Amino acid sequence: MRRKLLSVIMASAMTLSLVACGGGAAESTTTEAPAATEETATEETAAEEPAAEEAAEEPAAEETAAEDTAASGDLIKVGIINNDPNESGYRTANDADLKATFTKENGYDASFAYSLKNDEQIAAAQTFIQDEVDYLLLSAADTAGWDSVLQDAQAAGIKVILFDRTIDADPSLYEASIVSDMAKEGETAVTWLAGQGLDEYNIIHLQGVMGSAAQQGRSGALDEKVAAEANWNIVNQQTAEWNAEKAQQIVQSVIDSGEKFNVIYAENDDMAKGAVAALDAAGISHGVGKDVIVMGFDCNKWALEELLAQNWNYDGQCNPFQSSYIDEIIKTLESGGSLSEKTIIMDEKGFDASTITQEDVDNYGI
Amino acid sequence: MSKIEKNEQSFLKRLVSNQLFIPVIALLLLSVINLINDPGFFKITLGTNNAGNPVLSGYLITILDYGSELGILAIGMTLVTAASGGQDISVGATIAIAGSAMLRVLCGGVSRPTELAAPVIVAFLVACVVGMLCGAFNGMLVSVFKIQPMIATLILFTAGRSIAAWINNNELPIVPDPKFGYFGGFIPGIPIPTTVFIVIACIIVIALVLKFTNLGLYTQAVGINESSSRLNGINPTFIKFLSFVILGLCVAVAALIKVSRLSTINYSVIAKDIEMDAILAVALGGNALSGGKFNMWASILGAYVIQFLTTTLYKFNVSSDALAAYKAVVVILLVVFSAPKVRESMSGLVKKATAKKGVA
Repeated sequence: MRRKLLSVIMASAMTLSLVACGGGAAESTTTEAPAATEETATEETAAEEPAAEEAAEEPAAEETAAEDTAASGDLIKVGIINNDPNESGYRTANDADLKATFTKENGYDASFAYSLKNDEQIAAAQTFIQDEVDYLLLSAADTAGWDSVLQDAQAAGIKVILFDRTIDADPSLYEASIVSDMAKEGETAVTWLAGQGLDEYNIIHLQGVMGSAAQQGRSGALDEKVAAEANWNIVNQQTAEWNAEKAQQIVQSVIDSGEKFNVIYAENDDMAKGAVAALDAAGISHGVGKDVIVMGFDCNKWALEELLAQNWNYDGQCNPFQSSYIDEIIKTLESGGSLSEKTIIMDEKGFDASTITQEDVDNYGI
Repeated sequence: MSKIEKNEQSFLKRLVSNQLFIPVIALLLLSVINLINDPGFFKITLGTNNAGNPVLSGYLITILDYGSELGILAIGMTLVTAASGGQDISVGATIAIAGSAMLRVLCGGVSRPTELAAPVIVAFLVACVVGMLCGAFNGMLVSVFKIQPMIATLILFTAGRSIAAWINNNELPIVPDPKFGYFGGFIPGIPIPTTVFIVIACIIVIALVLKFTNLGLYTQAVGINESSSRLNGINPTFIKFLSFVILGLCVAVAALIKVSRLSTINYSVIAKDIEMDAILAVALGGNALSGGKFNMWASILGAYVIQFLTTTLYKFNVSSDALAAYKAVVVILLVVFSAPKVRESMSGLVKKATAKKGVA
């Protein structure tokens, strides 16, 4: 009895804490998490515990409320699977952009699910399929493993639109994909670096999470160039998993080893920041006309400000604002039209510290 | 002659049974590997950083610097392990919470402030309170509701990073004052990383607490046998609760260092997997993960051994996503060596070896 009571209290405590988070951060609670608590909570109710009903009701109420609105109006029901918005400034901007577009005012009933793990994302997709959404918008954590769940979606008549990241699946399984061309981002950056005319390129290459499209594209261009040119060398190539702390430790390790380097090619701004912290501590100058060239990606506002202050040299844009493209596609599909092309590549820039202006920072910073 | 032999035998026995034996051996092993590979590993040079202040640099300094958070966490984790016989797996997430609270106070809820909204000491105290509250939450679940520590702390492990993001409305504020960076960097004029002084301060505090209070004794008593300690007038519920609150305080100090290193944190990746390293530090220190007797200094030494290992692996260009695999090997070795069966046969071997020597 005592144990039972305890588990009921636990279940309600967890539900309450989740609901509390949801209040503050808009809809930032993952949809799968309440679903999971609901499951455990209903189990409790089955075990003849009336108190547990209270716990179970809260998430259930949320979901039925969502269904009601979908049934009453003719809102377009979209399920959005994204990476954790706290992952990076890019993701935060991306998530905020999606939330601003897919609102009730714009005729959408949107539910969000977040995870950095592919299997959790797939589970969320299955939940959305069961909920019978009209559109499934997907930014996959990993490129592999999506075939079967997308086939299920197709069987259920759900249209899938990929945004931000591509996947290794048959193109017939999705309607469109709105992506950044990561390989092109990498090429733009490497071309810029080649244009700096250094006698020798000794590069510390900080990679993102291995296997992600951003990592593959941005690494690919550099790897090709290093293989082709005799005066381009990789001093150290390591994954810092988008993490500033890890990047700091890796660069610190290279500094401690006494190896010479003059370029830091970090695949996102956070890692570049970590690298710069290590350079600063070791008294190595960096920036325009200094010893080490610092390159980042994603165009966070603070990173562009570093460029403006000439502490960094280059930042490649990765456009997070896909929602207007997606909105257009859905409108076209809803009105019975068809899309002229399946893959839509967004415009992206690369900024040079010597030419960047305050206007660029304001317009393109995320 | 037999007296010398006896001395020798008991010395060897004492050495092997000493808790510091495992971490010291591990440290020596790593040092020797590095010494053979590259004697330059132990070189320390004096340079200047970009702010124009003198700083020491070298692998050893790096180890002391980056091992700080782990060393501090090992203090709290040792107490939790000893008292409750379980581990807190939420420290990484609670560092995110405490760090986020600190950022919120320092930046006043603005993502790009131009000046500090509150003095650093206020922000630190708030972080301490937040850290201790998280610890108290875990401690209450464990001590009052008698939930398995790993299950109880699983709640904050799961929800912690979301809570951290929520505290700052999903913004990632950056602390504008370069002086704030001193805690995770260098104070002008002092070439030793500030983090080293923070760790020393923590060690002195816990040493004084262990010396002048009964905390150590009571914690061990509760860990060894809860009901008999209750019969002897100790309140096990309170001791367990206290150990989690102390860990919460350690978390707040670690969060200060983490936030200060880059003047900001990223909630989803800050101090990722640090709980596993902290638990490993306790295990490496030869402490029983099932609670009871503990040796604080062995745990702290264990923390630096782990950082030594990490830095060594980075030096050998081991891919950073493979680090966990190497640490897993260490865990396996530890578990095997601390298994009673292996221990018995080991001590049997030692006895045999010394006996043989005696005959010869």
